[in-house]
Formats: sequence, C-alpha cells, structure tokens
Amino acid sequence: MRLKSLVPALYILFLMLPIYWLVAMSFKTTNEILSGFSLFPQTWTFANYREILTDPTWYWGYINSIIYVSMNTVISVLVALPAAYAFSRYTFVGDKHLFFWLLTNRMAPAAVFALPFFQLYSAVGLFDTHIAVALAHCLFNIPLAVWILEGFMSGVPKELDETAYVDGYSFPRFFVTIFLPAIKSGVGVAAFFCFMFSWVELLLAKTLTAVEAKPIAAVMTRTASSAGYELGLLAAAGTLTIIPGAIVIYFVRNYIAKGFALGRV
Amino acid sequence: MKTQNQRAWLFVTPVLLLVAFNALIPMMTVVNYSVQETFGDNLFFWQGLDWFEQVLRSERFHNALGRQFLFTFLILIIEVPLGVAIALAMPRKGPWVPVCLVTMALPMLIPWNVVGAMWNIFTLPDIGLLGYFLNHTLGLSYDMTQDPIAAWVTIVVMDVWHWTSLVVLLAYAGLVSIPNAYYQAAEIDAASRWAVFRYIQLPKMKTVLTIAILLRFMDSFNIYTEPFVLTGGGPGNSTTLLSIDLVKIALGQFDLGPAAAMSLIYFAITLLASWLFYTLMTMNDNKT
Repeated sequence: MRLKSLVPALYILFLMLPIYWLVAMSFKTTNEILSGFSLFPQTWTFANYREILTDPTWYWGYINSIIYVSMNTVISVLVALPAAYAFSRYTFVGDKHLFFWLLTNRMAPAAVFALPFFQLYSAVGLFDTHIAVALAHCLFNIPLAVWILEGFMSGVPKELDETAYVDGYSFPRFFVTIFLPAIKSGVGVAAFFCFMFSWVELLLAKTLTAVEAKPIAAVMTRTASSAGYELGLLAAAGTLTIIPGAIVIYFVRNYIAKGFALGRV
Repeated sequence: MKTQNQRAWLFVTPVLLLVAFNALIPMMTVVNYSVQETFGDNLFFWQGLDWFEQVLRSERFHNALGRQFLFTFLILIIEVPLGVAIALAMPRKGPWVPVCLVTMALPMLIPWNVVGAMWNIFTLPDIGLLGYFLNHTLGLSYDMTQDPIAAWVTIVVMDVWHWTSLVVLLAYAGLVSIPNAYYQAAEIDAASRWAVFRYIQLPKMKTVLTIAILLRFMDSFNIYTEPFVLTGGGPGNSTTLLSIDLVKIALGQFDLGPAAAMSLIYFAITLLASWLFYTLMTMNDNKT
C-alpha cells in the first residue's frame, strides 16, 4: 500500500519542480540569477513583481487577457446550451454530420487559421479588439462546450422534460428553472474548459492584437526579446499567469475528473 | 429514445452561425490561396494544383511531417500508459483526492508560452535546476540549444509534464465510476490483480481512454507554442514540427500559395485520423 501511494507522490513532485523553479526565480535579483546556481533565493526581492504591477504595458496585458477570456466563456456557454440540448434530445436531418463538423473545428491546427483570421478580422474592422479574440477562440471552444454539455445533458433522464410539459411548463421556463439547475455542474465544467483553453492559447490571440487588446502572454514574448535577458521579470510574469488558473481549478475541484471525461462516465 | 424533431435546427443555429463565420470564411481564403499565385498588390493568377504537388514532393515537408509523426507517436506511447498507471495508484477517497486532482490539473492551466519559458529557465545548463543537476551533479554534458537529441528529449519530457495529467484525470474518472460490487465479485472469484485490470477496469475505462487518445492525438499533432518558445525549432531544423514550419512559411516568408496548400494537407491528415478515432468512439457509445 505504501509503495502504491509513492507513484502519485513522485508524479506530483515531477509536476511541481519546474513550477517551483519559476517561482523561486521570480524572487531572485537579476544579479543572483546570472552569477550562478542557487536552490533558494539568497536575497529575496519583490522588485520584479513591483515592476509588473506598476507598469501599464504589463498589467494591461493581464486585464486584456481576462477581458477576452471572460467574453469568450460567456458567449461559448450561452450559444452551446441550446445546441447541446438539441443534440442530446432530438434527432434531426444531418445531426451526426453536424456534430462531427463541429468537432473538426476543435481538431484544426491553429496555425492554419492564423493568417486568414488576421485578414478576416481586419476586413470586418475588429482587429486589435477584445471581441475579435473572444470570437476567434469560439472556433475551438464552442465545439468543446457543446460536446461537454451534451454529455452532461444525456445523463439527465428524458422523463424530467416530459413531466414538466405535463405540468404545463413552457419550454423557456422549463429550461431555465428546471433543466439548468439539473445540469449546473455541467455548465460549470463547460465554462471551466472554455476559460482554460482561451487562457492558454497564444497564437491566435497574438495574431489578432497589436496594442489595445494585447494579451499578457504576448507582452511576455515581446519583453523577452527586446529587453534582453531579464529572467527574473519573465519568471514573475509567468508566476502571475498561473494564479487565475489555480483559482478556477479550486472552484471546480469536485467535478474535475468527471469534467475531463466530458460528462461521459 | 430521442424524438425526431426538425425544429432542433433552430437551437443549433447560433452555434452554426458563429462557427461558420470562424471556420468557413477562413477556410475558403486558404483554399483560394492554395490554387493561385500572387506577386502582391492583390493580383492573383490561377495556379491549379501546382502548390499541392510542390508541397507533397518537397523534402522539407516530408521531414517536418516525419518529425511530427515521431513526436505524436512518442507522446501517445509514453503518456497513455503512464497516465493509466498513475490513475490506478491514486487514492479513491480521502483528503488526498482533491489535493491530487488540483495539483495534477495545474500544468494544463498555464499559458502555453509560459510553459515554454518555464522549461527554458528550468533547463538552462548552468543556472536552471534540471540543467545544473544534469551537468554538474551527474556530470553529463546537456545543452538542448546545441544537441538535437537533448532538444528532442526536452520537448517530449515537457509535453509529458504538461499533458499526462489529462490522461490521468480521464482514466481516474473511469475508475471511480466502477461500483464496488465488481471488485467484491472479483475477490470471491479470487481473480488476480491482472485479471481485475484486464476484465473490469480496462473495459470501464474504454470510453474515456478513447477520448484521452483523441484529445492527445489532436493536440500533440497541432502543437506549436511550447516547442516554439523552448527551442524555436532548433538546433538547426531538428525540432521544427509541422505547425512551426507552417507558420515560418506563411507569416515568416509570406509564401501564401505553398503555405495554404500545406495547411490543407495538414488539416486533411488531422481530420482523417480524428475521424477514425471518432468512429471508434461512437461505436463504443452505441454498444453501451
């Protein structure tokens, strides 16, 4: 039994090591980083964090990312809800093909879309806005949200719908007051996944923005190349990008395993 | 039983419009470029299928495709068994369950370029934790900016670090859904540990494992940001995977025709493989 619990423990250690190193690096001075190897910061410094939190180009990166990620999450879940209901409850002409076509968009390499997206969003005048990135991320988030919600909805017995109709509920009232509460963990999980994939994606977000809506991830690459080897600053910025993810995971921790199975267990 | 209802199309319309805007228009742009030649100024000439022929014959594409298949193969062969093994060893209940789940999910919520940057800092030969350990404690000569093999090992280990948890969480979700009665029955039959795994746990994990393999296949085949930030495709071209090569051609050299043709071939390969997985998966769904 002891030996068995060693496996996950070692795995978690392996996961934590690079994260530890990033966090440790963010508290070191540039001098200490370049002068040689040290397992712990010898002289603790908050200068890296202070610079990020006082320089608008840095902290606006975070605000921009959070704005478009929230917009994307709301849009994706709202439009995916009725579609997922249709897929889980009805058969209609072309339903299987439609479902697969949606999934193909989750499969498409983002690199394929980088250039045409740039041209499309420039043509409709949305280039360098938050909504452009939010809409572009819908490409892979909506199919995923439909997939997850459909899994959770199919777990709800159809008798629930029928009883509600017998009781004289109209469809919208049934959907909002009875059905949504029944699948609320599914909605949470779908929102979590939309947040996650929109938060971690960089290629499209970087291609579609220049100044006004530039995400934090893109600010980081710019700084890494222009300001030379400011490893401490880079590490501090990286550490700060882990925090929103950690907070969100904490909220869905009880549904996380079922969520990753897309509601299909 | 589902009801036949054509009004369901109404429910699907918002999704259709949004995804079609994002998918069909850009896809048509790509198709357009793939059959034309341009010298700038919005002048286009019909080129037919020349670009496709050129891409399919070019050694550069073959090499990038070969590297991509090797990478995806390594990822699946390492991450899937490892993920299942870890899920089997995880506690089923108790205070450690949420701790395990949250810490394991953490790497997946780190922006992809931060993952690349983090591994870059981690593997620096003299001041990174791993680099220092390998070079100064074990006395190896490890420098992934010089040595293609070291670079390959690093990107594979990075991806194992980043995504094995996805397989773990999926397999775990499958395992906890097995009722205790199954295990009790196995105990009465004096079934071996292997028999329990082979005839109880594996069949129950089949659906979720198919999802895991499907997701890991798609994402490792489309990977761009992490290896790009970590190695930039180097040293030389040794870690230039398909997406990295494609972005080099499209946004670096602005060779729109060949880039578009390559995009379509790339997408077709992903689509074909994913369709195979999806068919397998829906076959599972129908049986249960």
